[in-house]
Order: sequence, then C-alpha cells, then structure tokens
Amino acid sequence: MTDMIHATINGVAVEVAPGATILEAARQVHVKIPTLCKHPDLEATAACGICIVKVKNTGKMLRSCCTPIEAGMDILTETPEIVEVRRGVLELTLSRHPNECLTCLRNQNCELQSLAADFGMTGFALPNVVPDLPLDCSTQSIVLDPRKCILCGRCITVCQQHQNVWALSFLNRGFKTRIAAAGDIPLADSPCVRCGQCSAHCPTGAIVEYDETVPTWKKLQDPEVHCVVQIAPAVRVAIGEAFGFPLGSNLTGKVYAALRRMGFKAVFDTNFGADLTIIEEANEFKHRLLEGTGALPLITSCCPGWVDFMEKFHGDMIDHFSSCKSPHEMVGVLSKTYYAEKMGIDPAKIFVVSVMPCTAKKSEIIRSKEMSSSGYQDVDVSLTTREFARMIKQSGIDFVSIPEEQPDHMLGAYTGAGTIFGATGGVMEAALRTAHFYVTGEDAPRVDFEMTRGLKGVKEGKLTVAGKEIRVAVAHGLANVEEVIEKVRAAKEAGEEPPYHFIEVMACAGGCVGGGGQPYGATNELRTKRAAGLYQEDQSGLWRCSHHNPYIKELYAGYLGEIGGHKAHELLHTSYQVLPEYKR
Amino acid sequence: MAENTAAEEVDLDLEEAPEDEIVVLARKWKKKRGSLIMALHELQGRLGFVPRDQAMKLGREMGVPLATIYEVLTFYNYFKLESPGKYIVSVCTGTACHIKGSPKLLQGLEGELGIKAGESTADGEYHLQGVRCLGCCGLAPLASVNGKVYGKQDVDDAHGLLGQVAVDQPTVSAAAEPVDAE
Repeated sequence: MTDMIHATINGVAVEVAPGATILEAARQVHVKIPTLCKHPDLEATAACGICIVKVKNTGKMLRSCCTPIEAGMDILTETPEIVEVRRGVLELTLSRHPNECLTCLRNQNCELQSLAADFGMTGFALPNVVPDLPLDCSTQSIVLDPRKCILCGRCITVCQQHQNVWALSFLNRGFKTRIAAAGDIPLADSPCVRCGQCSAHCPTGAIVEYDETVPTWKKLQDPEVHCVVQIAPAVRVAIGEAFGFPLGSNLTGKVYAALRRMGFKAVFDTNFGADLTIIEEANEFKHRLLEGTGALPLITSCCPGWVDFMEKFHGDMIDHFSSCKSPHEMVGVLSKTYYAEKMGIDPAKIFVVSVMPCTAKKSEIIRSKEMSSSGYQDVDVSLTTREFARMIKQSGIDFVSIPEEQPDHMLGAYTGAGTIFGATGGVMEAALRTAHFYVTGEDAPRVDFEMTRGLKGVKEGKLTVAGKEIRVAVAHGLANVEEVIEKVRAAKEAGEEPPYHFIEVMACAGGCVGGGGQPYGATNELRTKRAAGLYQEDQSGLWRCSHHNPYIKELYAGYLGEIGGHKAHELLHTSYQVLPEYKR
Repeated sequence: MAENTAAEEVDLDLEEAPEDEIVVLARKWKKKRGSLIMALHELQGRLGFVPRDQAMKLGREMGVPLATIYEVLTFYNYFKLESPGKYIVSVCTGTACHIKGSPKLLQGLEGELGIKAGESTADGEYHLQGVRCLGCCGLAPLASVNGKVYGKQDVDDAHGLLGQVAVDQPTVSAAAEPVDAE
C-alpha cells in the first residue's frame, strides 16, 4: 500500500493507485468533471479539452482524462476560471455543430446536448459554421453524418484499436478535419463490417443506426400484411435501460406484451433459433470431430460482423466456418415456411421483423441468396434495441407497468442454452452441452462450463468428452480474434494438430450484450450486468440444453426430418465467400 | 539498418521475375517504424501524385490500412491525390522575383492557360503554381517547369515562356517535380 498516491481534489484528500488519472481520482471522491470526448469504455483521445482542471501547486491547466494524478497534487476543478475555459470549449464545439436537436435521433440521449444543458447555455456566443458534408447511408446499417461530428475520435479508436477493422479515420487537418471511411469512399465500400461499435460510442448523432422504424410501422398498420417478430437474447436485458429499470433487468415478458400491442400477430423468440442453431451446429461438430467430415477447429458463424470480417480478412478460414445460419435467420426462414404452412398463411404476406442488439444484422438479412431460402427474403427488417425502445415510446405503451406475456411457442419456446447466446462464450457453452449429448449419448453431469464465461478477451479451455480431449477458444472484440486465428493458421502451415477443436467469435466486446445496436454507455461493468441477467435466466430455467426443447423436437419430427438432413440444409445452412477489403 | 539490408537482399535473391516497383518500394520501407510518410514521398516523387490504386497496393504490401494512408496523405498539403498535370509550371514568388515582377508573369500564365494558380488545366496538360524562393535569385524573375529553370523572363511574355517549354520538353511523362512544396 506504500505505492498509493495521495493528493487533494477541491480540498478533499484522495488516495488512488499509481496510474489513475485525475478524472478517475475525482470520481472516487464524488467530484464530477464534465467530459465529452472521453468514453469510460475507451482510452482517452484528449481531443476536446472540456475536462480541464487546475493544479494549484503549479498553476497549470491539465486535461484530467489523460493526466495521471501525482503525489501531492492539489487540484481544483470548479473555479470560475476553469468553468470559463470549459464554456469556451463548449461554445467552439457548438459553433460547428448543426442546431438540429429536435429532429436528431439522439434527441434527449446526446452527450453534447446534455452538456449544453448542464452548462446552462442560453445562446450561441459564436456564429454557427457547419461544414457542408454529405450523409453516408451506403451500408443501410449505420449512417454517417459527418456534419454532426465533434471530432472526438471515439469511433476511430473503437474501429481501429478494438475492432481492428480500420474503416474509419480522420481526413485533412485543422478546420477541415472530418471523419471518413478509408480515404473518402462510401462506408459500404470500405472494410466496415457494420458492427456498429462506432455508433454505440458516438457522443452525438454523427453515427447512428440506419433507422427503419417508419417502414416497420407502415407494415404494422397494413391490414393485408401479417407481421411477426422475434427478439434476440441480448435485447431483453438491455431494453430496460431506456425505461429506467435497474441495469441487467430481464424484461422478456414485457417485451412480448409490448410487441403484441404494437400489432405483431405472432411473437417469436430468437432464443428458439439459438437452440436450433445449436442442434445443427453441435451435430456438425460431432461429425467433424468423430468422422472427419470437415475442417477443425469448427468456428461459430452466428455473428454477422464476424462473418463479414472473416470473409474480408481471413478468407482462408472459410472451411472452418460452421455452415449454420444465425439464429434470427433460422427463425426468419421458418416463419415463412413452417409457421406459414401450419397456420395456413400465404408466406408472401408475412413480414418478419427481428429486434436485435446489432447493426450488422441489418446487412446480414441481404448478405446472400441463402437469406431468402423460403422463396422470399426470410427476415424483412432488422431493428436495433435502440430503435425498438423508440418504437415503444411512440406507441403509447406504458412499458414500465405492462403485465408480462408469453411468446408464441411454435418458434418462441426456448432453453437456457438459447438465452446465453447473448453473452460472450454463451454459444460455446450451449454447444458443449448438446455436443456432449451427441457424442456420449447422455447429458453432461454439469452443464455449466465456466471457462467460457467472463470478459477476458480470449478464453481458452479443455474438457474431456468420451475420453477425447476437446480444446476450445472464445474471442470477443474483433481485435482479439487475430491471436486465435494466427495459432490455427500456424498449426495448419506446420502440419500440426490444430490448437483448438471449436472456436467462438463475437465481433463486439462482451458478445451481443455489448452489441453495436444496444443502448448507449456500455462499459465492462454494464456488459457484466447485462450478461448476469441472461445467466440468471439460464440457471432458473426448466430446460438448460437445446436438445431438451420440446418445440424443437416437434419441429424436426413434424417438418424438418433429420438433424443435418436435406431439408435442414436447405433452410438452415449457408455458405461463405472471400470478399475484397476495399471495393474501390 | 544493416539487418534490413541483409533481409532485403535475401528476399530479392529469391525473386527472379522482375518486380513491381511498389513491391520493392514497400519492402524497402516496411520494416522501419514510422516510414509510411517516406514511402509516400518516394511514390509521389516518381508519379507526381499518389493514385488510389498505388496507395492501395502500397498499403497491402506494407500492411498499413488505407484509412491510415489517407490520414497522412490528406494531413500534408504536399501530397497530391490527383495528377497535377504533365507540365508543372512553378513561378517563383520569392522576394527578388517579386520585385522583378513575377506576379505579372503568374498573372500572364493564368490568362494563357485559363486557370488560377494552384489549378490544373482540364486536359491535364498544365498545372500552375506560385512557389517560394527557388534559390537562384540571380536569374530573377524565373519559373521552373518540371524542374528545368527558365530564368530572366520577360514578365509580359507568358506566351513566349510556354512556347519555349514546348520546344524544350516536347514529350513529358508524369512529372517528378514536387507540387506546392514549401
């Protein structure tokens, strides 16, 4: 404890570990320093200067976000002089930001707007000079509006350092600085994988999800259209944040109820699709493991950001990819085949909406012809959690008090294995539960595989199934993928035994709970709380293994036939292709 | 340095087919930290500008994302993303040349070519620019075209200067003269 640093902030003594910034130390003693470019989830870029404080000993003004506190520092954070400097920073920022709050997707949920309110801005001190830059909607997943950009650099940090995608960077310098994709090409032609982490970290409306609430409402209001919906695992534990629920609250029943009131004729659950993915994927794994029917390690493919990344950067790994479609695509195709047939509804009239924690799902639904294997586009619209929250607010539903309801079980009943898909390691854990059953013919004595859980960037583990050692790896946050893939590649080139048998990858840190379409402000603390909401449901559920889901059994018995069979392949599997990093 | 050279030689020995210039250039700079800007300098030195396909190729060879390359290319005024023209006409605006009437010469050239300083003609033949002292004030007023100096010019005869250039440099490929360098 001798290394602890002792200092003073506004006369209050503070003790912190070495390396802690002034900002962190201030928070510890309940002093709030305003921040704008600093996101608690990211390294400081120190771009804006609003977090400035004064060191009384030296008279120096320093940015608290990036300055480690030193022993004996006597720091002031709220003198009139400091407030004036901060106000100047804010005025400069506002002077080149369009005054369009009322019609911005970030209205009432914008860090710049909040800051202006906190500072009591009653007018503009400087003339408003907004750069004339075009909107980029090319991905139809993420929208770039560089006019609203305050040049904080968060999107660039997360795109380059955390996701290793390098789609975004600054162009030009000084007053002309702006964000752009790969040297000023449309985002869709850049290496962007649509993970949406840029949008989840943007403090303003400069990068937002491609909003599709309006077309969804139109379909819901059309009496000729039969709208059905599904919600992803991670949505249920994050949607509450938009309505003041405690972090990590699992609101599945309320979500079902709200969706029915919005006018959806059937409310399904992507967790059912997750169970189905596991049935097909564990079967695929069993055959590759025991009969050598395909390359090992098997790599999961339910994350569209990861699929896109693999196709662009790791095309040599295609043989390792599971051919299983993602859970929401499985529910999509079954809505327009199985459900349509059973209910006697013309699939042409069915409109499938999926509510996802993800912006990449918006691109996934049109990624290849296999996403239309029902004969129609299997999923018509994919909404993010943020869009769904807005729709609830627009719909006159009192989400806080609405009583819980049940899903439509045909494609809505699920097991705990399906639920945990929403957290990093969850797919692996769910797959191991069922793979164990497929390989040995009996359930594992314990279905909790803790080695797959938690927020460590790369998690590795071993288990023995039927006397055979199975090595697994779980990676999340695309920058963490490299070391895992590199090991696989090295072993392959050396002609050695693969380092793993099974790999799970999720593009976003924390898995889908930290998805790019989730409510703002994700930190590891929040990701952990959201994940805890999922694991809790898994623990308390009746069924914890996908192969125990009676509705899945019914689906195979009455419709699909054999697991991994012809019909299952036709509807539930896909293929991959090498894509260029840059389209121009 | 020595290590790098050795590695290059070994690599080069393995390659028998004539290599793409970009590959050689990338190999030269790849292993040195912070060398992207030097590689881009060399590329622009050869081509007069940095075309996108070449930037892409360089990025691939050096393992540098295009986002980073363009961050550098657009940060510095020096780098050009488009062909500046076959004839890069630089009129010295240094003190001595200024006194001797170089603004008038520049103006005359603007009239002759129908462009402003800093612009290129629509056919891509000429790029006109004013530059700081070229270091031969004894020849003031002067212009330089693709590195060749034309001293003691008649500031009222821009037409004559262009005629002389056409005689001296009848065929020119992409110019090597740095543009807007300061």
